[in-house]
Amino acid sequence: MEHPLQGQDQTLQQQGHSGFAADWGSDQRAFKKVSWGKAMMWILLLSDTFVFACFLVAYLNARNSTTVDWPNASEVFALHIGGANLPLILIAIMTFVLISSSGTMAMAVNCAYRKARKATAVLMLATAALGAMFVGMQAFEWSKLISEGVRPWGNPWGAEQFGASFFMITGFHGTHVTIGVIFLVLVALKVWRGDFDRDQRSWMSAGNGDYEAVEIMGLYWHFVDLVWVFIFAFFYLW
Amino acid sequence: MTDYLPEPDSNLPPREVADVMPPHAHSWIGKYVFSQDAKYIAIQYSGTAIAIGMVALVLSWLMRLQLGFPGTFDFITPEAYYQFVTMHGMIMVVYLLTAIFLGGFGNYLIPLMVGARDMVFPFVNMLSFWIYLLAVLVLVASFFVPGGPTGAGWTLYPPQAILSGTPGGAQGGIILMLLSLILFIIGFTMGGLNYAVTVLQARTRGMTMMRLPLTVWGIFTATVMALLAFPALFVACVMMLFDRLLGTSFFMPTLVELGEKLSYGGGSPIAFQHLFWFFGHPEVYIVALPAFGIVSDLIAVHARKTVFGYRMMVWAIVIIGALSFIVWAHHMYVSGMHPWFGFFFATTTLIIAIPTAIKVYNWVLTLWKGDIHLTIPMLFALGFIVTFVNGGLTGLFLGNVVVDVPLSDTMFVVAHFHMVMGVAPIMVIFGAIYHWYPLMTGRLLNQAMGQIHFWVTFIGAYAIFFPMHYVGLVGVPRRYFEIGEPEFLTAPVDGLNAFISSAALIVGAVQVLFLFNIFWSLRHGRASGGNPWRATSLEWQTPEIPPRHGNWDELPNVYRWAYDYSVPGAAEDYVAQTDPWVPDGEGRRL
Repeated sequence: MEHPLQGQDQTLQQQGHSGFAADWGSDQRAFKKVSWGKAMMWILLLSDTFVFACFLVAYLNARNSTTVDWPNASEVFALHIGGANLPLILIAIMTFVLISSSGTMAMAVNCAYRKARKATAVLMLATAALGAMFVGMQAFEWSKLISEGVRPWGNPWGAEQFGASFFMITGFHGTHVTIGVIFLVLVALKVWRGDFDRDQRSWMSAGNGDYEAVEIMGLYWHFVDLVWVFIFAFFYLW
Repeated sequence: MTDYLPEPDSNLPPREVADVMPPHAHSWIGKYVFSQDAKYIAIQYSGTAIAIGMVALVLSWLMRLQLGFPGTFDFITPEAYYQFVTMHGMIMVVYLLTAIFLGGFGNYLIPLMVGARDMVFPFVNMLSFWIYLLAVLVLVASFFVPGGPTGAGWTLYPPQAILSGTPGGAQGGIILMLLSLILFIIGFTMGGLNYAVTVLQARTRGMTMMRLPLTVWGIFTATVMALLAFPALFVACVMMLFDRLLGTSFFMPTLVELGEKLSYGGGSPIAFQHLFWFFGHPEVYIVALPAFGIVSDLIAVHARKTVFGYRMMVWAIVIIGALSFIVWAHHMYVSGMHPWFGFFFATTTLIIAIPTAIKVYNWVLTLWKGDIHLTIPMLFALGFIVTFVNGGLTGLFLGNVVVDVPLSDTMFVVAHFHMVMGVAPIMVIFGAIYHWYPLMTGRLLNQAMGQIHFWVTFIGAYAIFFPMHYVGLVGVPRRYFEIGEPEFLTAPVDGLNAFISSAALIVGAVQVLFLFNIFWSLRHGRASGGNPWRATSLEWQTPEIPPRHGNWDELPNVYRWAYDYSVPGAAEDYVAQTDPWVPDGEGRRL
């Protein structure tokens, strides 16, 4: 006689809707094969999505309700290179760098699955380097705009909410990237040292060849990239 | 069914996650100060929340002294009165109710009730409390800065919140308030991730979602809501902080202050209201849903009956949680928004009455023909149902645009939300403390003091808030320092105000008795034994009461839901969740 709960045995996992219902109807875990750490990161990112969504909606609201014209983004964010004004050139490079860093991160996660210790560490450090490059270019962009007179309380070209929204949203995103870079370096060094292959737990590492922390790190990093795509679309392109 | 034998391990799925005992702390500081044990963090959270709640209680006394006996107390200035209103509201809603339900009861009960050894990330859980404590300290610090705490009202509406006409607006008060909220949100998020993941991913063998006690469902849903609603408040606080400190104009239109044009311009104060209430309305249910869950369990245990319609109770919790995200603008009917918006938000608001009514009927039907023990937790549970129905009904009035507009910003609104999200959830907190105190200490709270506490609180709450509806209906606006006898009042209210204030002082005083009871019973309370209420849920099945670090020797196996009370054929009138008993065809024990 089969117990009603027994259908959820790992070997008998059902597919599709019935599998979903079976997982949620089962004991112990609602998301089978998802570790605690990964579940926590997903929920944190869901919450963080709401933070960024609120920032962006507040910005869109400010932009729509302000009484003064909004500065022309493609002119403001243009660089004068070789005698020509190239609109959005810096932002294009920044976006390219950040998206590329998602690529190296994905490769790092792939290497982590294969427990390729050194390759994982190198690719994570490459990701961190690209992230640091992004933050560096953002710092350049900030100082350029500040030197041109953009302030949180005003700018030479139009609605003062432009500067306020710009510094707030890119600053909040840049903070996320910076935190990501710091943790990427820390985890990469731990990977390099072989902490993940030892048979004991340590800070941010389950040990015993469990490289999941790399994947969790990757979730965060891809999220930060994805948010940038929205900031790019709503703030720079529009 | 006879071949369905109770062999404890054979008919449960195998363990999916290795059972790891969390490392025990050895030092005194590790055990009692920087404790990573959820049960100890729960007590730290609750203690801090109750302590700051006492401050808010005293503030409400001061407000009532002014309203009841205007002109008698010289030290209560109009500015101070606004500060009392603001800090009372903010402390009660955020720092007391939210913190004690999620940080207090959530931490204590979730791991025990789902059969886990601790929260999934004990270190992060510990950080959650210490950041919460820091938030409370920053809040308290605002009482001591020049200009005092902010007097902007608990909704902190700009532009007045950061202007010099509002107490603390041009000084440190509002800055510390916003910083404290930002800290609170960061701290809560750390705890909230723990509560959500523990419920989803760390249940014991046999504990399905539909076997969870409703307490866990309420706290879990409220946690998920808080994780999605607090971001809006976080963003609103950051933006207002920038407006105040950096001179940005997110929420600030062009303004003239004291004959001088300010440098602000082009911002939208309504944007703040939307952000605030996108947090603020779910917040009502973040406080209410844990109360709904806990009270369901109190009623089932103390009426010795199965919860009526368990699945409907669960779905009602989930649906209320979801709906509460699309009703926020019913707080803004008078903000000048488009009438069609009002129509939409009135409709969604009134739809919430359906799942809420399901819950109320189910509580009453759980009581129906139950073996009702009028213990103190049960008294508070009954008090909750009555009070919640009361506050809910006036909510139907205020949810309708045409009725709300004349009642907006009157004492009627104050009476409504104090009934529905002040008194009602606090009744549940009291009931829950009387119910689980034996689990935390091994002793019962003193019954005589408990009876006095309940009856004075219950009758007193009605003495305060029933007349307050009337005071609002005759036209007294809220947040007025002194009403006098203006022509628009259709009846004098001086006598009623004095009556309300006297009742408030008495109700406040009896809370001090309750606190005394908590400390007195630690030593002198009657020993409760293992499971004094004969409850089925896991927290009472621990090998030791109070449960030690790690909760169990071996993790329990769960064979049934949490509501097997008065089951025919069972040896006792309850069957614990860990009991593999199944009845045979005639309902006898196999």
